[in-house]
Amino acid sequence: MTHAERAGDFLRDPERARWHDASLWSLREKRDRAATAVPDWEALREAAAAIKRHTLASLPFYLARFEERARARGAVVHWARDAAEHNAIVEGLLREAGATRVVKSKSMLTEECGLNPWLEARGIELVDTDLGERIVQLRCERPSHIVMPAIHLRRAEIGALFHAELGTPEGLDDPARLTLAARTDLRRRFLGAQAGITGVNFAIAETGGIVVCTNEGNADLGTALPPLHIACMGIEKLIPRAADLPVFLRLLARSATGQAQTAYTSHLHGPRPGGALHIVLVDNGRSALRSRADFADALACIRCGACMNTCPVFRRSGGHSYDAVIPGPIGSVLEPARAPSAHASLPQACTLCGSCRDVCPVRIDLPKQLLAWRGELLVHTPHAGARRTALRAARFAFEHARVYAALGALARLLARVLPERWLSGRWNAWTRGGRALPRIPRRSFRAELARRRR
Amino acid sequence: MRVGLFVPCHVDQLWPEVGLAALDLLERAGARVEFPTDQTCCGQALLSAGGHDEARALARRFARVFDRYDAVVAPSASCTAMLRVHHPLLLGGAEAQAFAARCYELCEFLHGVLRVAPPTHAFPHRVALHAGCHALRELRLGRASEGGPRGEDPVRALLSGLRSIEIVSLARADECCGFGGVFSLVEDAVSCRMGLDRLDDQRAARAEVVTSSDPSCLLHLASLARRHAPELRVLHVAQILAGEKSA
Repeated sequence: MTHAERAGDFLRDPERARWHDASLWSLREKRDRAATAVPDWEALREAAAAIKRHTLASLPFYLARFEERARARGAVVHWARDAAEHNAIVEGLLREAGATRVVKSKSMLTEECGLNPWLEARGIELVDTDLGERIVQLRCERPSHIVMPAIHLRRAEIGALFHAELGTPEGLDDPARLTLAARTDLRRRFLGAQAGITGVNFAIAETGGIVVCTNEGNADLGTALPPLHIACMGIEKLIPRAADLPVFLRLLARSATGQAQTAYTSHLHGPRPGGALHIVLVDNGRSALRSRADFADALACIRCGACMNTCPVFRRSGGHSYDAVIPGPIGSVLEPARAPSAHASLPQACTLCGSCRDVCPVRIDLPKQLLAWRGELLVHTPHAGARRTALRAARFAFEHARVYAALGALARLLARVLPERWLSGRWNAWTRGGRALPRIPRRSFRAELARRRR
Repeated sequence: MRVGLFVPCHVDQLWPEVGLAALDLLERAGARVEFPTDQTCCGQALLSAGGHDEARALARRFARVFDRYDAVVAPSASCTAMLRVHHPLLLGGAEAQAFAARCYELCEFLHGVLRVAPPTHAFPHRVALHAGCHALRELRLGRASEGGPRGEDPVRALLSGLRSIEIVSLARADECCGFGGVFSLVEDAVSCRMGLDRLDDQRAARAEVVTSSDPSCLLHLASLARRHAPELRVLHVAQILAGEKSA
């Protein structure tokens, strides 16, 4: 299935689509207000972009430095080439510690690696502790948004889910009481957990420390209670110095939700007394992407989700329409790099409006990359041969003004004489979604001009 | 100044009135305007469909056809963005860059280069301005609601001279209409939903006329309006500026 087909399904419930659009638009507006309130917003974006570009250019150096300094602080550093290696390392660490009950705070990387199903299949119980992630975990689906994993659900749906899974009263859909029910259940899991897994927002090469940002404090609880902490991160999460961190902390929450800061920003430098800290650094295609001059820039992403909130297509098609770990504009750039043919339709799910480029806190030129992908993925799109032929034919016509004018005249003539119901059949994508045929003038501009000048 | 008028293929074939209005406005402003008949298409649709090589060939051809002019002017912000931003990327080199800098959107040229006085005839209507994404975020004519570089919006500047015109304010000042070239066909469901959302916003503001410097957005909106909002008139800004005759 293509993105367009899945988006069509999403839009069959117009009420949901309208409400999904409105929820995300309100986040966009909050972001706008937060960004406007910072006088040097553009300078911050510029600085963040420069720091990320610099780090990516010297990534091996900073990775080596980070490993050395994290070890000096007592953390154990692991390297994983791909998702399977990552999962096996995490599983091995859990087994070694005899842990079968694990809590995990938000991490798109473990989602990317498929850690949950991996561990579940091997008899280890893993509970997501971010409320949105817990909701989608209970529903056995993936997050529809990287910052708000359950944004596609209405509270009545969450009420029904909690009634079935957590035993809340039937029909209860009050957000505060539902949250309390999830909290009560999670508290029990936190207390019983033998290990905590977290993602990483920033890893500081200079200090060997990691920084985890959450709004719910679940990462703090998950790392403070159990004796074993496993932090999983992509190798692109590095920043050089502690002094670089504030640049990103000022941008991240404002871009994501319009907050000045995330509610909790935890700085973890080495294991806590009596505990163990393992950091798993994962490549999983990142080095390959880094070597692609036209797409390497996408590695600068700090996963704020601003491009999703501003994207007029994402807002009206829902995150699941991308059928990918990371949806939206940035996902449409990253996912085809992982699996070109599976995600070939994603770069087409874009009007090239350019708003994602303007909100991106690290200034990734997403429209440019999406456009580049379209050319490269042409071979994977349905009817690729016909498309190529159509492109060549169009080029031929446009390279010969007389051919172009004659074909235009013929098309207009046909459009004027053929019955409308033929022209607006199901085959015609222009009229299918509810557009009328355009009014067809008798003469083109050039013909009219020639006539007037005779 | 010798001005080459570029009439984009969709305007040439589907909306000749816009080309005529543009020609009229340029001539009235005292420019020496020519319409080189060898012109065809800027190649934007091919580029957005993934035809980089095809678009490059058309970019090369375009520069050849329009090389002899001091300025190239088009009544389409989106096609102008193709000329100014994407042609130099496709062709590379200082020459392509210099040529791109001589390409203008019509209102931008009238207001910013020729500095014409805004027309003052009566246009007693409530008008919704549709900010085309490429006018805003590629040519930077105006400022996008999410921020970014600040530029002047020549469409608003020129229209504001008209007597009795009322420019309405929209709930979402610069939301994309969903046209997006090949997107409108590949993603027709989302494309139409986006366009209908624009029409709802414009109707809620009690607009009678929708206008823009981007004819491709307008063709999409007009096709939706004919089915869903027949009371809305869709006019290219050149038609309004050129006067009642063309509007």
